[in-house]
Amino acid sequence: MGLPAARYSFGGDEHVFVEISEEMSLPAFFKGMAICKELERRAVPGVTEICPANAAYQVRFDPDVIAPDAMMELLKALETEVGDTERELPTRIIEIPVLYNDPWTHETLMRFRERHQDPKSTDLEYAARINGKASVDEFIAAHSGAPWFVSMVGFVAGLPFLFQMVDRAQQLQVPKYLRPRTDTPKLTLGHGGCFSCIYSVRGAGGYQMFGITPAPIFDPAQGVPYLKDFMVFFRIGDIVQWKPITREEYDGDLQQVQAGTFDLRIRPVSFSLKRFQANPTAYNRRLQEVLRGD
Amino acid sequence: MAIEITRPGLATTIQDAGRPGYYHLGIPLSGALDQYALVMANLLVGNDEGAAVIEATLMAPEMVFDADAIVAVAGAEATPRINGVNAEGNTALALKAGDKLSFDFMRLGARICIAVAGGIDLPMVLGSRSTYTLGAIGGMAGRKLQAGDRLAIGMPGASAKAGRSVPPELVLPAPKEVELRVLPGLYYHRLTEASADTFFADTWSVAPEADRIGYRYRNGRPLQFTPRQPPFGAGSDPSNIVDAGYPYGSIQVPGGLEPIILHRDAVSGGGYAMIGTVISADMDRIAQMQPNNKARFVKVTMQQALAARADRHVRLDRLRAALAH
Repeated sequence: MGLPAARYSFGGDEHVFVEISEEMSLPAFFKGMAICKELERRAVPGVTEICPANAAYQVRFDPDVIAPDAMMELLKALETEVGDTERELPTRIIEIPVLYNDPWTHETLMRFRERHQDPKSTDLEYAARINGKASVDEFIAAHSGAPWFVSMVGFVAGLPFLFQMVDRAQQLQVPKYLRPRTDTPKLTLGHGGCFSCIYSVRGAGGYQMFGITPAPIFDPAQGVPYLKDFMVFFRIGDIVQWKPITREEYDGDLQQVQAGTFDLRIRPVSFSLKRFQANPTAYNRRLQEVLRGD
Repeated sequence: MAIEITRPGLATTIQDAGRPGYYHLGIPLSGALDQYALVMANLLVGNDEGAAVIEATLMAPEMVFDADAIVAVAGAEATPRINGVNAEGNTALALKAGDKLSFDFMRLGARICIAVAGGIDLPMVLGSRSTYTLGAIGGMAGRKLQAGDRLAIGMPGASAKAGRSVPPELVLPAPKEVELRVLPGLYYHRLTEASADTFFADTWSVAPEADRIGYRYRNGRPLQFTPRQPPFGAGSDPSNIVDAGYPYGSIQVPGGLEPIILHRDAVSGGGYAMIGTVISADMDRIAQMQPNNKARFVKVTMQQALAARADRHVRLDRLRAALAH
């Protein structure tokens, strides 16, 4: 797949940190995920946390149970063994409604204008311009056109990082704020570097703000049907398709959330990296048919 | 049986041994920041060593007991007071129904664990009673304690009794200047040679922004990263990486300015290069650092880190033996 060998390093006496690739790519993400899945399947005594992340992963272990060198050697062996096999991923595709250009992130971004690269534009206007789009609508069409992979869950509880399933030339890229904001509305759709995210809780943040979703994604009270099993919704490897909605639809969804009846469109799907790479546009169309076909 | 919080203190939460297993979903370990103090306080009152306690930071809370209780305080040097009368720290104290427990200020150290025989009995969330305030889970409604909170107490163990105390040689000092041992690694190679030297040579002081998520240090010389073409997805600052997981204890230096050591309520990942990790044996020591306390970072090998870890285990075993009866 053209990936160089991974780089291994100890994070103190309890972690091995593995950088699959210095730069973000789907093959790097898939390789890290495949190694993590195999490590999990083996249930190695002493391994306490397995955390895949974009183009890297880390393992927390108890050095009183498994020696650090043995831990690192095992991960190197896994890289050789499963690192380059063909990737077929059983996963799910999920439709997430988004009110782009909403009043709440707008109010917030206006409060932090002096921390932005371009205080005279909104975050969406700025992102559209530096990505060569003629208008905000054209930018939103690109953002919500092709689906996205959840390539990491973290920072804070249940926050997904997403990587769009398009060629590198079409990737949307924006810098983070010059200085992080001290406030971001809960469920803001953010974007920094090549990654989008959904802020699972209200708080500090440095990503540009594009919109807001009515769909809860982290809720300790587990108030909606798709959170009944667990308080965190997203799993690494989930595929997300954004659905632009109107203010009326947003308000309607929010009422359903409060009533505990709001649900998401979720369909099982099998993803092949090889077939995707052969023709991303056609493959994404097939994924969208799986999602919306019934 | 319950405790009523009459004054909440500065940042007081319920903590126990922690909540491992969910870091891959962004839910950190949590638990008492000074785990040695947690074990000490619990064993003093005859609890399991990981039972839930009240963890107070810098300014301790004030509370009233509605029934007789056995209580012990460990960690920072702060004299407990029963109805205004000084009592012993690191000792199991007998309180009567209606007694008020308060504290002198923390002279040395930044955190105390207040253990009550029977443990704080709040609902378990994902296997732990620890408070994780960013995610609003665990402890008292996922938040810091407030005046008026009532904390239920569990059934005291058979060995709960007043008078048990810790031998002085097992009480750890919390000096105002400490050495923190660091295993270099992760993105250490991204630092210039000169900055790798000054990081270990300089004396750093704890910034006011130091909490359960991370400890920020300042007053050392700024660190330079080797210039490079930013890798795709990493961001333009030389201290940026493609967002990755952060180990507990890892040290990141956003913009090269102020090192941040992540602790038990860590953000689980992000886009700043980490230059090394504080060894597991020294994490309790960070928990006891007050703002403006000084630290020097000392470079160690994995072998030295494991030796320090073994020393810590020996000390914990001596503590268990000393408090067994």
